[in-house]
Order: sequence, then structure tokens, then C-alpha cells
Amino acid sequence: MAIDIKEIIKPENIVYKKSSLLTDNVMHYCPGCTHGVVNRLVAEVIEEMGIQEETIGVTPVGCAVLLYNYIDIDWQEAAHGRAPALGTAIKRLRPDRYVFTYQGDGDLAAIGTAETIHACNRGEKIVMIFINNGIYGMTGGQMAPTTLEGMKTATSPFGRDASHDGLPIKITEIVATLPGTSYVTRQAAHTANSVRKLKKALKKAFLNQKEGKGTSFIEVVSTCSSGWKLNPVDSNKWMEDNMFPYFPLGDIKDE
Amino acid sequence: MKGNEAIAEAAIRCGVDGYFGYPITPQSEVMETLMDNKPWETTGMVVLQAESEIASINMLYGGAGCGKKVMTSSSSPGISLMQEGLTYLAGAELPCLVVNVVRGGPGLGTIQPAQSDYFQAVKGGGHGDYKLIVLAPASVQEMSDFVELAFDLAFKYRNPAMILSDGMIGQMMEKVEMKPFKPRWTNEEIAEMHPWATTGKPASRERNIITSVELDPNAFERFNLKLQAKYKTIQENEVRCEMINCDDAEYLFVAYGSSARICQKAVDLLRAKGIKAGLLRPITLFPFPTKQIQSLAGNLKGILSVELSMGQMVEDVRLAVGQSVPVEHFGRVGGVIHSPEEVVEALEKKIIGG
Amino acid sequence: MNEEIIIAGFGGQGVLSMGKILAYSGVMQGMEVSWMPSYGPEMRGGTANVTVILSDKRISSPILKMYDTAIILNQQSMDKFEKFVKPGGLLLYDGNGITRHPERKDIEIYRVDAAEEAAKMQSSKTFNMIVLGAYLKLRPLVEMENVMNGLKKSIPDRHHHLLPLNKAAIERGGEIVKEVSGV
Repeated sequence: MAIDIKEIIKPENIVYKKSSLLTDNVMHYCPGCTHGVVNRLVAEVIEEMGIQEETIGVTPVGCAVLLYNYIDIDWQEAAHGRAPALGTAIKRLRPDRYVFTYQGDGDLAAIGTAETIHACNRGEKIVMIFINNGIYGMTGGQMAPTTLEGMKTATSPFGRDASHDGLPIKITEIVATLPGTSYVTRQAAHTANSVRKLKKALKKAFLNQKEGKGTSFIEVVSTCSSGWKLNPVDSNKWMEDNMFPYFPLGDIKDE
Repeated sequence: MKGNEAIAEAAIRCGVDGYFGYPITPQSEVMETLMDNKPWETTGMVVLQAESEIASINMLYGGAGCGKKVMTSSSSPGISLMQEGLTYLAGAELPCLVVNVVRGGPGLGTIQPAQSDYFQAVKGGGHGDYKLIVLAPASVQEMSDFVELAFDLAFKYRNPAMILSDGMIGQMMEKVEMKPFKPRWTNEEIAEMHPWATTGKPASRERNIITSVELDPNAFERFNLKLQAKYKTIQENEVRCEMINCDDAEYLFVAYGSSARICQKAVDLLRAKGIKAGLLRPITLFPFPTKQIQSLAGNLKGILSVELSMGQMVEDVRLAVGQSVPVEHFGRVGGVIHSPEEVVEALEKKIIGG
Repeated sequence: MNEEIIIAGFGGQGVLSMGKILAYSGVMQGMEVSWMPSYGPEMRGGTANVTVILSDKRISSPILKMYDTAIILNQQSMDKFEKFVKPGGLLLYDGNGITRHPERKDIEIYRVDAAEEAAKMQSSKTFNMIVLGAYLKLRPLVEMENVMNGLKKSIPDRHHHLLPLNKAAIERGGEIVKEVSGV
């Protein structure tokens, strides 16, 4: 039996709805991009915890620069790589607030490495969300610190050469060694199961902050269909086959 | 009390919420004094040693974005590292205080005093069309007083402010009268006074976004025009300068900070010789006392801009008076400090004899 | 009254702290003061000097070329600063390690053998206070009570038990200072 649209939108038939914290602005992300899913999960977690009025987010330079257009909380937009420094000061001066940063691989693991490591080392009581898609998406697909060996990008057109550029940096493993971090995990967001797991991780991270624990650091291994020049389905497959072996999923630290 | 210590003491007393810094000579006493005073136990002020000047200035951005009174201090090479953060702060219209206890450059240079960061301080320093409000203390008392003044101006105009000092004022000791303690603003006061601040979004208002990005060219042109209008208002309303023996002066020194102190002695030496010398001391470098210099120009036979640099402020003095009065520059550099006698000789050679 | 003083010697001789105590004493006496040190690597073993100005008027330049008084504690400083004493001014020095004694005829020259005296007092730390005592004998600009208050202010509380020793050193300096040549 065919049901029409009027039937579908009846309240009793609702199985899923957009978080009230997500604005009506049209997201600028490319089709298949992981950012949209993670943005949505962050909004859901904040909504479910009822902490909209108490949360201050920090956006990076990169594809998530305009994230403040999508989630209805107070935001600060940081210079490239500096989000952890902003997050440090915000949390220190407003310890009553939930503070999180949202950064890409170039932002967090190249230009902002010092800020990342030292915020984690000081154990800043913030949540750091790290989107790792192995490429600079915003600037048009250049090599990132996490670009895999052999992977072709605009600035490694013949593939990343480890003898020239080194191997991709595992910043998540590095911050896990720092005494200041309390929870370090690597997740993904490409299947229903991984989305559920990621949401659980995000919630745990925000709860850690409530409990005054040290830095919670969540890497999300992600795709970049545009940068990788693959369709979204093939991107997910490529990520599973190539990214996951080098960046294995799961909790690295949970104290 | 040392100039650097006066900065720290004044910061605690005027209700600063946070200091974020990185050690560098000749100003490390600022953070050392703060740490020694443990203001987190009294006023609740946060004091944090950051991993770099880059981190420090971005901590200021985060704190200022929350409507808090935040400051850092550094010296020339460190201030160069902060230029990116400063242009973001200016672009996001955030109030804060940056103290530059200037040392000689370029490069790692010297740890001795200099005034060679004038251009960087008053002409922008980072990318884009922006200005800092720049105050130039000439005594330890002013090191103390200008902390509060800088925050007043910074919050009044939502603009970063800088105290441009140097190793001499930072390291010297003089008598200081400290102001009484003022409480820090409460979070409720901040939410009320600074409705733009990211304090956590209540249902009663739209979300606040602190940002310097605007990708729509027309909107960004409008924003730039708005910034320029603000700078014009500051230029019209906030000029501060001191005039010493200017009423009958035929020869004028223009000098700020430590050079102004040296020129004051030079004025005494010249007056003792019967030469009518005066001193105009800019206290605000942006806004520059252009009109005040112009108002004296009619009676002057010459102006000597005295700075511990190869000649930076002299350009603004020349812009003020044009061709109407001869304007020359004198200054020792590299950490060498000119003596009052050298300044007298420079005036006699370059202006009176020239 | 306007007294412009340079104190110069080796880092570690207590040059800067002696200047600081003198400046604090001036503050206690209600004077305007400035204390401008040489700073940097000199602080760590090389030469150190500090300019102290005591005045009853607002002080203009804290940096000077010519001084009313030079207090000189090593040969390098003698070579550097003897010529910058104003005619009619005062040069006070410790003879220890001085190989070329001052030669000016247009200034007052006094000598205080403070290093030797400090050794006798069995406390090298009293060295700079002996010099200060000699200076204050020659230029009694500040009263002893204010000097002691200045001293209290400029040394940490944990060292306050040394105040009597310092006082004795200041007095001793006044006793042993001797004229070398007058104007």
C-alpha cells in the first residue's frame, strides 16, 4: 500500500527528527562528506544533555570553518590551528561552561600541533573533536599530515613519498601518551553502527568534562569524496581498506 | 617598583581576568610577579604560562571572546609572533591588552631597550586594514596607570590595545602610587555589559559568534568601512599627549616613552643655554597627536623627532606639519640609549645649525 | 636637591641591590627616585651598573652621561666612568683590585676598602653595605632610620635577621672611608 506525504509526516509516524539545535542553514559540505554527520551528532549530544546554554564551541580553519552556521550555540572561530589555545582560555575563564574544539587534520596535526599537544598535556578540561580525512579539503585537496603513503593529492601528485614527506602522523596515539588526556578514542561515521558508537563516544567526552576529567580527544576517521576524487560509496570502501589499517578504530585510552 | 612589576600589580588591582604569556627578556618579571602574587587565590585572576606567544595571543582571543579582561606581555620577537593573533582580534573586534616591552631588532637582535617597533604597533603589524590603540608610558607610574586605561579604551571601542614600552621603562624602578582594588566583573555583569560575548546561549537571544571571516565581498567591504569609521572616532576623541615648555618654544622635540624622559632633560640643558626648546610627548601613538603638533608648528623653527630607532615616528610628525617646518630625526639604535647631551647636540647640529 | 649617582662593579658584588636600597631609602625620605640598571647577561658575572637619582623634583631622564657621584668597585668601571663624573663631583672607590687609581684633579676622590673590611667582618655579604655607609657619610642625603626602612623593604623577610649586621656594616663604612684627594 502506498502512503502519501501527509501520512508520512503525521507525528505518530516520526522515527527520526532533526535536532532542534541544528539550524535551517543549508550545509556547505560536499555530498558524502563526514562533517555533516558529525555536526549532527554534536548537536544531538548537546541537546540530549540539555547543555545548550552552557556550551561554547570553537571552529577551525578548514572545511568546518562555518560550522557556527549549523549548530545553535555560542561559537568562536579560531585562527588556523589555534582552537586548543582558545579552548584553554575559554574553559579556564569559564570553568562552568562546556567547551569543545572541532578541527581537521591540517589544523590540528600540522599547523596547530604545538597547541594540540600542550592543551592535552596541561589536561585542559575540554573536548577535542578531530576530523581526519587525510587531505586538505577546503583549499582544494593538498597533502595533509595524515595523507597515506602513496596517496595522490594536489601537492603530492605522484603519491606521498615517505622518504620525502615522512609517514602520516598518528597524533591521536601521541596525545594518548600525555598524562593530561583522560579519554582518547578513534571512531568513524560511515555506517549506522559506527555513527552509534561515535555518538556514544561524544557523549562520554562531554560527561568527562562535567566530571572535571582531563582532555577528551575523539578522532573521527573520515572521507573526502571531492578531495579523494571518488564517489561517496567508493570513498567509504577506500577508507575501510586503506585508512582503517593505518588508523585502527577503537579506544586508545580511557581513564 | 620596576616598570614590569607595576604592570603586573596594576593588572591584579584593576580586575583583569586572565594573563597568558611566554617568557622573554626584558619583560619576564611581569609573569613572574603575577605568579608570585597568586592572584587566583585573591581576585580569581587566571595566570597561565603558554607554550608560545602564538598560543598566548590566541588564548587572549578565546578569553576576550567571552567578554573577559585578558592580557599578555612580551617583547619584540614575541610580539612579531603575535601579529597573526592581533589581526584576528582586530577583525573579530575583541578588546584585550598586549604589552610590548620593546628590545632592539631586527631578528633576535638585542635584549637592550629600543623603540623600533613603532611601525609595527601603530600601522597594523599583521595583515589587513586595522589599527591597535597604542599607549606609550614614560614612567613606572604610567606603566601602572595605563593598564586600566588600555582596558577602558579597548572595551569602549571593542579593539585590541597595546602598551608600547621598552626595556628601559620596564626595568627601571620609580615610586608608584597604586590604585585601589576593583573587583572583577561577574559573569552576569559581562553578559549584560557585553551582549556580543560568547557566554553560553540562553533562549532569550540569538547565538553569538566571534569570528573574523566574511566571505561575501560586499558585506566584508561594509565591515571594513565600519572599522575605519571606528578608527576615525578614536582619532577624534582619544588623543592624549603631554606638552612641556611648549608655550614659547622655538624648537620642539617630539618623543615618546623613554626618549621623552631623555628629551625632558635635554630641554632643561637647552633652556639653561638660553635656547627655547620644548617637548611634545605623544601618550597615544594611535591615535597620534597630529593636530596638537600642527597647533605648535606656526611658532617653530624646527622639530626633532627623537626615537630609539632609525626614524619611524618621524614620518607621522612630517605628515602632521608637511613642509611648513623642518623636521629631522635623531636616535641611537641597537640597544644604545642616547644621552640628553647627545640629544642637545643633535638639535644644535641638525636643526639650529642646519 | 638632585643627586645623580652611578654605581658600577662586578655582577655579584651587590651593585644593583645597593642601588635599590639607596633608592628605597630615598622613597622613605619622601624623595623622587629612579633606579635604572644595566640588565642582561652582565647580571651573570660580568660588569654591572645602576644609575640612581635622588631628587626633590620630578626626575626627567633616568639615563645620564655625567654623574654627581660615581661609586666604583672594579678597574673596568674605573676606566669607564671616571671621566663621567661632573667637575666638582665625587668619586668613591674600593681599592681592592684597582691597579690604576683615579687621576682626576677636579673632583673629590674618596676610598673605602670595603672588601678588606667585609673579610674582617667575616661576611662578604656586608661588602655593599660598607660601601653604602661610606657614601652616606660623604653625602648624608638620607637619615639612618630611612636607610634601615629602605633595607627592610628591599630584602626578603627571611633575611631580616641580618638587619643588625647590615646596620653595623653601614656604620663601619662611614668610619673607614678616607679622603684621597680634594678639589
